[in-house]
Amino acid sequence: MQARDTAVLSRSQSSIARVVLIFLSVLFLATFLIVPVVSVLGYAFSQGLAVYLEALRAPDTLAAIRLTLTTAAIVVPVNTIFGVAAAWAIAKFDFRGKQFLITLIDLPFSVSPVIAGLVFVLLFGAQGWFGPFFRDQGIQIVYALPGIVLATMLVTFPYVARELIPIMQMQGREAEEAAVSLGAGGWMTFFRVTLPSIRWGLLYGVILCNARAMGEFGAVAVVSGHIRGLTTTMPLQAQVLYDEYDLVGAFAVASLLMLLALLTLIVKTVVEAFGARRRRA
Amino acid sequence: MATARGWVSPSVLPGFGMTLGFAGLFLTFIVLIPMAALIIRASSLPLDEFWRIATEPRALASYRLTFGASLIAASLNAVFGFIIAWTLVRYRFPGRRLVDAIIDLPFALPTAVSGIALATVFAPNGWIGALLEPFGIQVAYTWTGVVVALTLIGLPFVVRSVQPALEEVDVSLEEAAESLGASRSMVFRRVILPTVLPSLATGFTLALARAVGEYGSVIFIAGNLPLRTEITPLLIVIKLEQYDYLGAAALGLVMLCVSFVMLLSINALNGWRIRRVAGRR
Repeated sequence: MQARDTAVLSRSQSSIARVVLIFLSVLFLATFLIVPVVSVLGYAFSQGLAVYLEALRAPDTLAAIRLTLTTAAIVVPVNTIFGVAAAWAIAKFDFRGKQFLITLIDLPFSVSPVIAGLVFVLLFGAQGWFGPFFRDQGIQIVYALPGIVLATMLVTFPYVARELIPIMQMQGREAEEAAVSLGAGGWMTFFRVTLPSIRWGLLYGVILCNARAMGEFGAVAVVSGHIRGLTTTMPLQAQVLYDEYDLVGAFAVASLLMLLALLTLIVKTVVEAFGARRRRA
Repeated sequence: MATARGWVSPSVLPGFGMTLGFAGLFLTFIVLIPMAALIIRASSLPLDEFWRIATEPRALASYRLTFGASLIAASLNAVFGFIIAWTLVRYRFPGRRLVDAIIDLPFALPTAVSGIALATVFAPNGWIGALLEPFGIQVAYTWTGVVVALTLIGLPFVVRSVQPALEEVDVSLEEAAESLGASRSMVFRRVILPTVLPSLATGFTLALARAVGEYGSVIFIAGNLPLRTEITPLLIVIKLEQYDYLGAAALGLVMLCVSFVMLLSINALNGWRIRRVAGRR
């Protein structure tokens, strides 16, 4: 590895191609990624810190933050349990239909978030299959918290499972089989043998799922109904403020979501560093 | 117990029934029933009515924009994603680790945040828009703006697919080819490209699938003029806002079919990539 690196480096370090390609890469990333991201902070603080904090304290914005936190508090634990269960069944057992299960888990990655919201409107909306039934029970699903939770769940459930499946497949089954044959129960095997070896991957999966849940826009936009202070989550609140030309307000909300994305990225980098060190050891 | 079932290989590990049962139940309620609702609702339309909705001029224009812009964005990502992956794998330069880390930002960044950031930065008076204005290039509220937004969200897919494949390329083969008199471009075409091509195709298709369904980051920069800058997911949202459930379901089914085709292509490409790797060992 070391020798190969040196060979590559010695041949390519001095070439003009190297300078041109690095320049192109950085230019591309700056235009499409770095400048827009930095601009979020630029616009959020354009009127100073006091105005920024004031914008975050607006009642509707606080309500949006609360709604987003509530949604994530429901969605993330459920998706985590699903992810661990699905990864256990897929990685530790061989059964017919496994590929179908994996394909189902991948589905939200290629289905538009708008479709993810649409299906729940078709099920629970005023003209939906179960809409009249729940209305008679006095339960509002679409244009209320349950609809937002369902739509967010559909979009974000793959993240924990997708993170865990490859890790658990790579680790094989011998450790768990040994534990069980030595008399450990199922839960004990999971908590004492499996969990310690997947915890970093699990952590990143949960954090990524959380970031996507708090930031989900398309699916939630369809089921939310945009009732200010009631059914607008943080991304929707950013849209509402942006449409009202309240740029500082919109970018203040956006800056919180961006902070979350950056934290997610930092956790990922740390987790990968840990993983690399473990593989070398 | 598990052995009696026939469709599952025997295993000493516990928890198969519970984990698969929970995962299956979850997927049934969150994915299968909602998707079935969409398909059944859309197929309740008479065929000629479905065809009329799916091919009305406004819908056709939205397909052209959605697929055209997605194809261009995925192609841009294929080219620049390859260059960035190459730069990251082959060159050492200050800030390389930072560049490597921020590639994943679009995965974690909420689409509404990138949406309002791009729309503001590329607006005629925005940070980048003001630089392009003197050249008569307008990005925001045009077709180009849609491409820009879709490029941002698709970027990580190509880089992250190509990067591991480039690391696999055997440098000694390159050196052998060169010592036998092959030019640099010939080495690229005959040695490097064949190894990387399946991964590049996978990344391209992943970026394309994500772009076709994208909503949040596009609607702010697109301007959303009917027949001109209106993407298909937005048309679905507009139909829902007019309580045209059947129209929304019809367009939703069209998009769902496209997603299935993409998903199958991704699986097929993945198979090709794995066979290619296995064949070389």
